[in-house]
Amino acid sequence: MANTTMTPGVAAGRLAAEVLQQNFGDLHPPLGRHEAQVAADRCYFCHDAPCMTACPTTIDIPLFIRQIATGTPDAAAKTILSQNILGGMCARVCPTETLCEEVCVREIAEGAPVEIGRLQRFATDTLMAKDVHPFMRAAATGKRVAVVGAGPAGLACAHRLAMHGHDVVIFEKREKPGGLNEYGIASYKTVNGYAQAEVDWLLMIGGIEIRYGTALGSDVTLDALAAEHDAVFLGVGLSGANAIDGFDKANVGPAVDFIAALRQSPDLSQLPVGRNVVVIGGGMTAVDAAVQSKLLGAENVTMVYRRGKDRMSASVYEQDLAASKGVRIVYNAQPVAVHGNGSVAEVEFEYTADGTGTGETFRIPADQVHVAIGQGLDGAPGALELTGSKLALSDGHRTSHPKVWAGGDCALGGEDLTVTAVAEGRDAAEDIHHSLMG
Amino acid sequence: MANLQSEFVGIKSPNPFWLASAPPTDKEYNVRRAFEAGWGGVVWKTLGEAGPPVVNVNGPRYGAIWGADRRLLGLNNIELITDRPLEVNLREIKAVKRDYPDRAVVVSIMVPCEEAAWKAILPLVEETGADGIELNFGCPHGMSERGMGSAVGQVPEYIEMVARWCKTNTRMPVIVKLTPNITDIRFPARAAKAGGADAVSLINTISSITGVNLDSMSPEPMIDGKGSHGGYCGPAVKPIALNMVAEIARDAETRGLPISGIGGVTTWRDAAEFLALGAGNVQVCTAAMTYGFKIVQEMISGLSEWMDEKGHASVADVVGRAVPNVTDWQYLNLNYVTKARIDQDACIQCGRCYAACEDTSHQAIAMSDARVFTVKDDECVACNLCVNVCPVEDCITMVELDAGALDERTGKPVQPEYANWTTHPNNPASREAAE
Repeated sequence: MANTTMTPGVAAGRLAAEVLQQNFGDLHPPLGRHEAQVAADRCYFCHDAPCMTACPTTIDIPLFIRQIATGTPDAAAKTILSQNILGGMCARVCPTETLCEEVCVREIAEGAPVEIGRLQRFATDTLMAKDVHPFMRAAATGKRVAVVGAGPAGLACAHRLAMHGHDVVIFEKREKPGGLNEYGIASYKTVNGYAQAEVDWLLMIGGIEIRYGTALGSDVTLDALAAEHDAVFLGVGLSGANAIDGFDKANVGPAVDFIAALRQSPDLSQLPVGRNVVVIGGGMTAVDAAVQSKLLGAENVTMVYRRGKDRMSASVYEQDLAASKGVRIVYNAQPVAVHGNGSVAEVEFEYTADGTGTGETFRIPADQVHVAIGQGLDGAPGALELTGSKLALSDGHRTSHPKVWAGGDCALGGEDLTVTAVAEGRDAAEDIHHSLMG
Repeated sequence: MANLQSEFVGIKSPNPFWLASAPPTDKEYNVRRAFEAGWGGVVWKTLGEAGPPVVNVNGPRYGAIWGADRRLLGLNNIELITDRPLEVNLREIKAVKRDYPDRAVVVSIMVPCEEAAWKAILPLVEETGADGIELNFGCPHGMSERGMGSAVGQVPEYIEMVARWCKTNTRMPVIVKLTPNITDIRFPARAAKAGGADAVSLINTISSITGVNLDSMSPEPMIDGKGSHGGYCGPAVKPIALNMVAEIARDAETRGLPISGIGGVTTWRDAAEFLALGAGNVQVCTAAMTYGFKIVQEMISGLSEWMDEKGHASVADVVGRAVPNVTDWQYLNLNYVTKARIDQDACIQCGRCYAACEDTSHQAIAMSDARVFTVKDDECVACNLCVNVCPVEDCITMVELDAGALDERTGKPVQPEYANWTTHPNNPASREAAE
């Protein structure tokens, strides 16, 4: 192999194929039956459990863990999936350390929470391995609903609508479903094509058609969708990054594009990565891009975040994961310029105090820059009302258009997490259902 | 350091921890290793009469129940008495006793309920140099179908008769092992005493089915699709054993009769509890079968440390200390008023106390939006359920109200004097007595 971590510039094949395979294996290996039993035994079956309250989809965690402990993982899976149809993915990608596991009473008591995420994966994997779908459709209602975006919000919405007997058409601009589950999350969190397998399993409910390569705006308009359907749910993603001087240089791009390319790459040894990589941002996407750059063989990966460690939206666990993989995290600095002759060579930063520039600058060598800040909605479809850069919502996840609901990253709501998107899609579906059925 | 030296019906052992008659004491190999590990004595697994030995099933002999983390809580067995030839056992007993003269070696015996059978085996056992015999009147399975074991132990007259035969025919101390599969343990104990037994040991195992195999629809342990009740032991039976030991210790007719305590002894603390309720020593089986012989080291160090801490110089000092405090319900002080108290620093906010009290008891725990759990003194009857379900030790305790303090539940001040049911106005018997 010609290339190494020291090869200058942006190059593919910095690491041997077997090293890459190991690097991109399952971050948290699945629990075996015995491990699951031991882990489940630790649950105290709390009253009005804090974990359940902390879960954006309000999964009955004590119940599903008790179902695992008593040898009925399929029943456990149904408990999970009835609240969160993407419970399998959430078990893999949820920042449980800031949600259910953070408030587990055994975290409080012993600093070691019940392994809720891994137990959830055990249950959902057990059920899905049987290739059965535990939910049935209600009698057909004759209502047709358009869902825009086959990401977590759209899929959750579509599934719940289908369960209620409505016919659903999902309009997806890409060629595959899953949204960020497929394109935007670190590979080691969802190995072996899980995102696609999960969507295939979800679609077993029936009554959901997906039209790929159909983008809102260019291929279909909101007005047309609203005219042709009884209701519309918008579950589109975000795009773009705030312009900074030099962001148009070669090898500078959105972190989500880098992750998408990585996730879709059939051979990681063909995927180029810089020797010196700079990631700008402090969220989960930034961590995913930084860690994966390192795992691909970048020599130096620096994540730069404009505020302090305590403000970072990536959890402490994620920050520690990045550090353990050799990512250097610089806090309190914001990009001011990208330097280089055609391609990026350096990124110039300014130190900040509480988010405001101090005037003092420094430069970090960079062959490749992943920008993970400033994602926004690419224009409000159909003149819907916005709050800031997101769709404004009223109760029931309704937009300003009477036939249009929204959820997920495009809409104002909770954190931009898969699990939050699922909750919003599901709840919007319930509201659509009640609205359509009177 | 406290002296753990034990003397039970004249049998000396370096500590009060004996291995009970069971698989761990079935052969020389095991018993030698047990003694090397530190056990004070053994009761050799039950010998039967000369001739072809009993046979055992060739499928599973044990069933179990487990707690969290698959901790074994109860064990059940359908094994019979020793299935090795009598002469082999006798030879091994003799060899072991010769090599470990300071340890107690007691031999368990079960032969048919005929004097000739007992007369035949007693001299053979005596010849080994064993320190005593234990009459197995307890096994509830298999042998009982042949008129032995618990079939004898359930008939006080038989107990007395066989005990007397043994006392007549051997100089060795006679310990009668009692079955708990009866309604009132005092009757068999009295019978043993009447027959001249030097001591009783209890409890033997409890008739049980540990579970049902829902695939084969058979009881566990399953033998070719069928199951039979077995004998239940282990930590789960300790409360039953403690009560039975205490009943004998405080019964007017059997008071002072030496008791060897058996039933779920797993730690030094269990042993100390048996001693406190009147047992002169303890016998252990399931704990050794679960964890191996080494556990005796913890029992020795733990009992010793506790005795030092409490100033008990010898095992005899401990024996029976709690017996005077075992009484009948009717004599419990109704003016003793406690309330649950939750240590908010220790509380991990699981809410189990709340669920238990709210759903199944007295609605005496309040839960705030911030998950702070507090006791409602005006509802709390001090039932102790919250203490029992709390996963954190000493987080919830029952605190006594001082005399004169207001009991918010009754609206009355706590009375200083002792008062029990026998004198309570709601007691019809008490009213009659007053008229």
